[in-house]
Amino acid sequence: MLLQVIASGVLMGFVYALVAIGLTLIWGVMDIINFAHGEFLMISMYTVFWMYTLLKFDPFVSLPVAALLIFVISYLTYKIIIKRVIDAPGLTALLATFGLSLFIRNLAQFLWSPDYRFVTTSLVADKKITMGPVIIGLPQMAAAMGSIIMTVLVFYFIQKTKTGRAIQATALDRDTAKLMGIDTEKVYAITFGISGACVGVAGALMATFFPVYPESGALYSLLAFVIVALGGFGNIKGALYGGIIIGLAEALGGFAFGTQFKYAVVFLIYLLVIQVRPKGLFGW
Amino acid sequence: MLKVKNLSVGYDNVPVVFDASFEVKEGELVSIVGSNGAGKTTILKTLSGLLKPFSGQIEFLGRRTDRMPAHEIVKCGIAHVPEGRRVFGKMTVLDNLLLGAHTLENQDEIAGRLKEVYDIFPRLKEREFQKAETLSGGEQQMLAIARGLMSKPRLLMVDEMSLGLMPILVDRVMEILKEISRQGLTVLLVEQKVQEALEMADRGYVLQTGRIVAEGTGKELLESDMVKKAYMGM
Ligand SMILES: Nc1ncnc2c1ncn2[C@@H]1O[C@H](COP(=O)(O)OP(=O)(O)OP(=O)(O)O)[C@@H](O)[C@H]1O
Ligand SMILES: [Mg+2]
Repeated sequence: MLLQVIASGVLMGFVYALVAIGLTLIWGVMDIINFAHGEFLMISMYTVFWMYTLLKFDPFVSLPVAALLIFVISYLTYKIIIKRVIDAPGLTALLATFGLSLFIRNLAQFLWSPDYRFVTTSLVADKKITMGPVIIGLPQMAAAMGSIIMTVLVFYFIQKTKTGRAIQATALDRDTAKLMGIDTEKVYAITFGISGACVGVAGALMATFFPVYPESGALYSLLAFVIVALGGFGNIKGALYGGIIIGLAEALGGFAFGTQFKYAVVFLIYLLVIQVRPKGLFGW
Repeated sequence: MLKVKNLSVGYDNVPVVFDASFEVKEGELVSIVGSNGAGKTTILKTLSGLLKPFSGQIEFLGRRTDRMPAHEIVKCGIAHVPEGRRVFGKMTVLDNLLLGAHTLENQDEIAGRLKEVYDIFPRLKEREFQKAETLSGGEQQMLAIARGLMSKPRLLMVDEMSLGLMPILVDRVMEILKEISRQGLTVLLVEQKVQEALEMADRGYVLQTGRIVAEGTGKELLESDMVKKAYMGM
């Protein structure tokens, strides 16, 4: 039983980590917290839901569409909104993304009602994998695998490609990056886009087993904030480990104290860790 | 090659450089000297597009660059080695150099540049995969210059390369710059070390509190009473 809880906690951890990586990337490169991150996740879930309901597309067929769509939405969010406020003093950029998140959430309620919706059939629905004493739902397994693949892709892109190198340089020192001939505006827009693609993938995977509703992104973005703070702001590896820790904490907490207390355990662990390491586990 | 006319520039609408005019001709090594806070760094930042002039014109190879974004100016052929080196400490020496070649597309050309700068700075080759922050100050300065050379510039601008280096290292780096200049690259040097900078320069300008107060060949300036009094305690 305990093994079962641990396994499902770790699997969810990989999914949470992917959401958090999207968030931490933007913070690391441009020192902005994107409060609309969870709403991008929600749009991805609805994309999968509507493609499933209206066009009978399997979520795994819709996944690349959702990822691309959220990439574009996030890219345009930078170009249209963030670009204008990024150098403004104080909380302007923060309030802009906060406003955007409220707007998207309300728009979703207006267009699609607050009802819970479900994607009831998919390639993986209702299937289970048995490994000794551990039984894992195939949707959760697929979500974890998909998240790991996306995480590796993002990591590879940042570390090994020319654009990734430009993103790193811009994150470290914007002015000097410009002196290298890097168009930092473009880097920022691409960073927003990649962040969007992360939640695009995560949202599509989560839609196979979580309900879809206008608030469905809010909880996961809150968890993502905790993970980002836990792992160290702007640190991708930190977000990965943080995600797994939070996934585990949630599962074990729910197991030990009942599901209504699982988030209390999550936040308790967070509070404890930042007492010891205020900048997060991997913060410098 | 580079012509600056009546340049005024500063921060937050407060000018710190007033009505500066100067030029750099193809193949020259030109020094702009002046003490702390004179506005030397401000001028270089404006030339490379990090700051926008309040008024005045900048022309490079016949093109107006004063309204161009910084990354376009690099493509025109200006490389700026910033004050304080500013290497990307968390990245490897090789990554730093490749970033310097960001504007080049052709892989063979990049490999060729890399070989050239490694020939000039063999120490960097040995440290290729080391993080830049683990290099010594002198090595970091060499990396900063090498990174500037990677973009295949027509004009190399170097800000205060002597900063924080032991005198013996200052001589070494200056020697390297002189050699680079002898091989035909145009160099604009900005320095507080007035004597050294003017000794190696073809021509120089003296900047005092944001104004150019003297110009001439390096030798003329070194022998002028103004420079002797103000900068060499004579
Ligand atoms: N970012 C900034 N914001 C406001 N004022 C600045 C800024 N940078 C420089 N200044 C001011 O502009 C003036 C010129 O500075 P600048 O850095 O160009 O001098 P410098 O000649 O390079 O000096 P140093 O030899 O110390 O490097 C100084 O009075 C300085 O205080
Ligand atoms: Mg300076």
